Amino acid sequence: MEKTDVSLQEMYKSILEGYLHTGSEHALYEAQQFSRQLIKENMTPEEMVNLHVVVARELIPDLPSEVLEANDFLLEVMVGYGLAYREHQSLRDRQQQLESELAVAAQMQQELLPKRIPKSPVLDIGIKTVAADVVSGDYYHFIEDGNDHIGIAVADIIGKGVPAALSMSMIKYAIDSLPEQRLQPSALLENLNRVVEQNISSNMFITMIYGSYDLKEHKFQYSGAGHEPGFYYNHSSRQFVDLNTKGLVLGVMKKAVFKEYEQKLSPGDLIILLSDGVTECRAESGFIERSELTEIIRKYEHLSAQEIVENVYSELEQFQNFQLQDDFTLMILRREV
Amino acid sequence: MSQTCVEVRSEWSIVAARQAGRTIAKEVGFGSVDQARITTAISELARNIYLYAKVGEICIEKVVEANKVGVKVSASDNGPGIKDLRRVMEDGYTTSGGLGAGLPGVKRLMDEFLIDSKEGEGTKIHAVKWLR
Repeated sequence: MEKTDVSLQEMYKSILEGYLHTGSEHALYEAQQFSRQLIKENMTPEEMVNLHVVVARELIPDLPSEVLEANDFLLEVMVGYGLAYREHQSLRDRQQQLESELAVAAQMQQELLPKRIPKSPVLDIGIKTVAADVVSGDYYHFIEDGNDHIGIAVADIIGKGVPAALSMSMIKYAIDSLPEQRLQPSALLENLNRVVEQNISSNMFITMIYGSYDLKEHKFQYSGAGHEPGFYYNHSSRQFVDLNTKGLVLGVMKKAVFKEYEQKLSPGDLIILLSDGVTECRAESGFIERSELTEIIRKYEHLSAQEIVENVYSELEQFQNFQLQDDFTLMILRREV
Repeated sequence: MSQTCVEVRSEWSIVAARQAGRTIAKEVGFGSVDQARITTAISELARNIYLYAKVGEICIEKVVEANKVGVKVSASDNGPGIKDLRRVMEDGYTTSGGLGAGLPGVKRLMDEFLIDSKEGEGTKIHAVKWLR
């Protein structure tokens, strides 16, 4: 510490001396370089003022006493700046630490998501999920029961950030711990509702849509809990129909009932499930209309399900100037044959 | 060297405490940067007494230990005490709107810092700066 001070003092002395002799821009450039060095060595503002005072006194021996006193005065003022500077440094270190903890949380959250998309020759599935911040409040899940059914969940935890991420793990383990035999969507949501109601604070809510796709009969049975309605797309008529559901948001009432619906699919038909981050895309021109969203999907209809969701995301990302307002999750299922 | 104590009950007494601290710091042989630091620390401690406990005392003395010499500042009051010491010692926590000041600031300005506070009974702080 003392040693660096001495070498910094020598360095400063020679730069200042050079400047006093030549008044050149080159010396000022050296001064700029020197200030980088100071910051690197964590020198506080009051130490720098003192360094200047000491060096100036050596270089200009006949400084008037008023100037020396004024320098001491400046030193007093700079102590406060020094404190603020050091506090700032410590807060910055803490922020870096928090950020790295958050990055670990985000990675753990990624591990809660399915490792792979179920593969089937009759059903093509595409999924795109992007967090607005580091951690996401959106969740999706697949359940393959090996019995010609694929269970599909899309959930949105109201609220973003860490609290949302924490309750996501609860949703996952609640679904995973449900009985082995295939559950009807309404029964599954009733079970989840009970878990959520008992375990999370009353100011947090979870919306969810859960559906079961029958790979043999090609029907999609679904129930919703206050979730953004999905779409059914009829390939031959090129029409979209909203998948409206009646059912309360999870966690509000102890005994909630969820109505069950069924949609039959012909080859080429799509089921589209999403979180409200997709429809709440905002730009200066306002929210995106659901009709605009379906227009984009129709445009990419000839592509694979995964390519469709990727393309929709790219367009909406552009639309919002690459500033995601809310977590984005879009899932598309297509009956192949 | 004996102890100098200043009773804190007004903004004027903050100035008196600073003055006493500066005099002793000079006598002990501190340079101008450390004088300014010790004085600022005393100022913060006295202000805390004035703002939160209303009345208290700041004592300043020269301390000698083995082969080092320094200045010890003690602040004591019978005010409301500090409920959550950990929070008060955190950077960024402030009740007086000061940047970088407060107790974390005092701790940074000095070499040793000890605080003892009981809710409803008062606060005692000892801080030492050693001469390098």
